[in-house]
Amino acid sequence: MEVARFWRENQSRYNMQGKKCGACGIVYFPPRDLCPKCRRESIGKMEKLKLSGKGKIISYTVVHDGLPAFSMQVPYTMAIIELEEGPKITGQIVDVKPDEVKIGTEVEAVFRKLGQEGECGVIHYGYKFVPKE
Amino acid sequence: MTVGIVGYGGYVPKYRITPDNIGKVWGVDGAARGKGLGIQMKSIPSPDEDVITIAVSAARKAMKGCDVCPDDIGAIYVGSESHPYAVKPTATIVSEAIGAAPDLTAADYEFACKAGTAAIQTCMGLVLSDMVKYGMAIGADTSQGAPGDPLEYSASAGGAAFLIGKENMIAEINHTVSYTTDTPDFWRREGQMYPKHAGRFTGEPAYFKHINACSHKLFQAMGTKPDDYQHAIFHQPNGKFPLRIGKSMGFGPDQMKYGLLTPIIGNTYSGAVPLGLTNVLDHAAPGDRIFVMAYGSGAGSDGFDITVKDSIEDYRKGDWCSLDCSNQDLIYLDYANYAKFRGKIKMGGV
Repeated sequence: MEVARFWRENQSRYNMQGKKCGACGIVYFPPRDLCPKCRRESIGKMEKLKLSGKGKIISYTVVHDGLPAFSMQVPYTMAIIELEEGPKITGQIVDVKPDEVKIGTEVEAVFRKLGQEGECGVIHYGYKFVPKE
Repeated sequence: MTVGIVGYGGYVPKYRITPDNIGKVWGVDGAARGKGLGIQMKSIPSPDEDVITIAVSAARKAMKGCDVCPDDIGAIYVGSESHPYAVKPTATIVSEAIGAAPDLTAADYEFACKAGTAAIQTCMGLVLSDMVKYGMAIGADTSQGAPGDPLEYSASAGGAAFLIGKENMIAEINHTVSYTTDTPDFWRREGQMYPKHAGRFTGEPAYFKHINACSHKLFQAMGTKPDDYQHAIFHQPNGKFPLRIGKSMGFGPDQMKYGLLTPIIGNTYSGAVPLGLTNVLDHAAPGDRIFVMAYGSGAGSDGFDITVKDSIEDYRKGDWCSLDCSNQDLIYLDYANYAKFRGKIKMGGV
């Protein structure tokens, strides 16, 4: 049962809520309670920050043999996206054919289904990315 | 009444299928069937889209255009007949995803294709009684038609959200009326995947009777006639019914052109009239008056008389993305991929 684990991460998955170190200004996503650079200096200074969800693709791959949960979506594109605020994160690129995805493509986050715990289980939602309109 | 629309946003998935692609599979002249229904194509949700993702996308767009703090939203209602959960409200996830939780009331509505307009009426009541400052009303569906059924040519996906309030209105809702009876023209029993309908019975005793009666009530209450409105939006299960009923009342094609989206996106059920209203608001001029008439099987109609305010021009400035603009770069599917996307192919164990 992964309900509680996913539920704890809803804020960051739904609204791309990260954290910014009040000492050095580095933005972390997923959020961290301690800045690995400033260590104890960052204690009590990690501020919540809602990220814009905008960024650009810095690398990508097309998955042809996907996880069972993604079997309806193969081939699909997974990319590393550099967000405007700095963090680099992994995300699925949707609503575009894989051969139209390029390094440097500007993308923005959208709210999508990430998976579900079977037909009877809870549904998980969060961010994916589409090319910017 | 001083209540109206403060923000609005529509969302339609990018995927489309044409009637001829559906007809080929069932040995039917799909193109002719599409022509008969007045439908050129219909939208399809991707495998990672459902009513919750559509409702969140529409609600975020509605919030993007206005300067309202999500904490000021006191109520969220989502109308749909395809909520992903039978028990677990869509509205809770929407409220969290737009940052309005936890200080609000939220619930899901179901009234076939008019659950979204019922949500607007509820929000109007809460705002007018000062129980909440703003209310969010959403109508969205990922409607299903059984394989081979005539509904398969029209049932599509999309939704729209409206932020209702008294301050910073871009369109004032002058009045609303409803007309409701027990008419079994279309239904889906608990646990059933596809709805059933009563064929031709869905026409005269259902759609036409309720819309005519509710429209008459609205004209009478407001002392208006069709010529007094620049835009008219009718529920649109296909591309023909709304034109037929509009014409019979005296509305012309120019009054209905922006509010009729079914020919290019299909019937989005609870999203149909709300999406038509977003497209009208995308194109309306200050001072324009809008006649809105929703219909939900089972059956009932909700009518609204709306006047567009000057502030709509500021609302549409900047990086505002209209429904037309977000309906670009469409991806067309054949029937096999459509069936896969809609979960019509059963895969054991996955």
